[in-house]
Amino acid sequence: MRWFWLSPVVLAAALMFGTAIGETRIPFATVIDVLSVKLGLSHAEVDAIDMSVIWNYRLARAIVSACGGASLALSGLILQALLRNPLAEPYLLGISAGASAGAVSVSVAGIGAGIVSMSAGAFAGGLTAFALVALLAHAAGGSTGARGAGVIILAGIAGSQMFNALTALIIAQSASAEQARGIMFWLLGNLSGIRWPDTWLALPMAGLGLGLSLWHVRSLDAFTFGADSAASIGVDVHRTQIVLIGTATLITAIMVSLAGAIGFVGLVVPHAMRILVGSRHSRLVPATALAGAVFLVVSDVVSRIALPGQVLPIGVVTALVGAPAFAVIMIRGRKQ
Amino acid sequence: MTSTSVLDLTGVSRTVNGKIIVSDIDLSLKPGETLGLIGPNGSGKSTLLNMIAGLVRPSRGEINICGHSMAHMRRRKIARHIAFVAQQADTGERITVRDAVELGRTPWLSALRPWGPEDDEAVAQALGVVGMQTMVCRDWSSLSGGERQRVQIARALAQATPILLLDEPTNHLDIHHQIAILDLVERLPATIVIALHDMHHALRCDRILAMKNGRCIALGPPLEVLTPEIIGEIFAVEAMRIPDPAGGRPLFSFRSLT
Repeated sequence: MRWFWLSPVVLAAALMFGTAIGETRIPFATVIDVLSVKLGLSHAEVDAIDMSVIWNYRLARAIVSACGGASLALSGLILQALLRNPLAEPYLLGISAGASAGAVSVSVAGIGAGIVSMSAGAFAGGLTAFALVALLAHAAGGSTGARGAGVIILAGIAGSQMFNALTALIIAQSASAEQARGIMFWLLGNLSGIRWPDTWLALPMAGLGLGLSLWHVRSLDAFTFGADSAASIGVDVHRTQIVLIGTATLITAIMVSLAGAIGFVGLVVPHAMRILVGSRHSRLVPATALAGAVFLVVSDVVSRIALPGQVLPIGVVTALVGAPAFAVIMIRGRKQ
Repeated sequence: MTSTSVLDLTGVSRTVNGKIIVSDIDLSLKPGETLGLIGPNGSGKSTLLNMIAGLVRPSRGEINICGHSMAHMRRRKIARHIAFVAQQADTGERITVRDAVELGRTPWLSALRPWGPEDDEAVAQALGVVGMQTMVCRDWSSLSGGERQRVQIARALAQATPILLLDEPTNHLDIHHQIAILDLVERLPATIVIALHDMHHALRCDRILAMKNGRCIALGPPLEVLTPEIIGEIFAVEAMRIPDPAGGRPLFSFRSLT
């Protein structure tokens, strides 16, 4: 735990990095000035536009990125531990597919008559898809014993396929080319609309995920030899699964509704952290939260500056890192 | 139920989709007693063990642990009374022998009761009993089948429970390791219920419960239960019991019924 005291420093450095770099070049000294003025530490004269870009746009965006990265990575960690499947990740349970279908239902098909926002549609869609996946898994006997983990993953695949088909159907039916491009951009993750009010949703959600995961570190460890083994060493398996998978679903759905479906964070970050700090969740939970936060903040910066004059969807960046890492994990799994 | 018994089963049954898996088992175990469960595959041994471990609920009947009804006990409390070594328990996680054994302390720990010196002591003691104290830092993936079984038993011992359940712990082990595990089990002071396939191993128990089609066919001391007639009935083989020329426990010889 020697590195633990470093984590606030690392997180602050990542947030500084996310705030200092962007499409428009602003001198680092100006960034420092703006932050110190806003935090009441100085009364330096700063340009109002710089102030707005740095404070309202970049810092809020960096904070939501950090919360999103931590939440997605923790959700992946929880699902990998409880479902005993190294390829589990939050989107496996249909959340991303459902959120996408919800978002296009609102923005393209016009459900909600303009009152419901795309985010709200995504949130509702994500939860609906998860509810259907959970029901299917339950009906197929997924809530009992060792078979359960396999069943819930199959149910998730079925649910994801259906909601992806629904999304494709709505786009094919009614979207213009311009709308389709906008939707694709959103589906791959888009943090450009983030402002301060979003942080008041993202921060408590990330805090909830981290707090509950830390409270349950021993229960998560207890699943090392499977659900029955966890039960025989005193873990209330059913309650733990409901609380933790429910939390993972909620925080994932919120993050997807804020920032779109950013893939691979939940899969890759927990595995990378297992290699670095080992399989014990007392170390793994804080390490995963921190690394997820830093990874997404850095990915967001890369997505803004990789191509001059053009912003990439953040999901493209995380997937370009994540997909090869996924392949490595699969090959390592075969060797075991 | 007698006041000195640690584990009592009354009319314990389990039915799944109308099929009877375990039917009307009555049992009462004294402290320190070792009960062997024998019976063919599918006779309900594992289901009975799973019910005693509290992993599946009986459809009918009641299980009492140290005078408490299991139906009203919380998981954590059950785990403080009963440790279970299941047949297959494997992991792909990179954990050490010590990590695996430390899991046994889970029912005694909480966010408000962190790891302490008594937990270190329990783990060290459990590792010593199974003779794994020099291998604490070995990776799980590098262990042989016999070593993994010993680690699982150490994990159960670290749980410090008065009752220990073992589901065919000698499966897939060579003769040397089979004997080592049975010697180990014999030395343990806990009340033990152990499912076994080998009649010679079963002879070492204090009592035997012979099962077929979920029913108790016989319950009593090994030499009274493991007779050619009863073995013949439950396994559908012709059995012969031969006195050991070295003066030890008798030997068995089996032939298929023709």
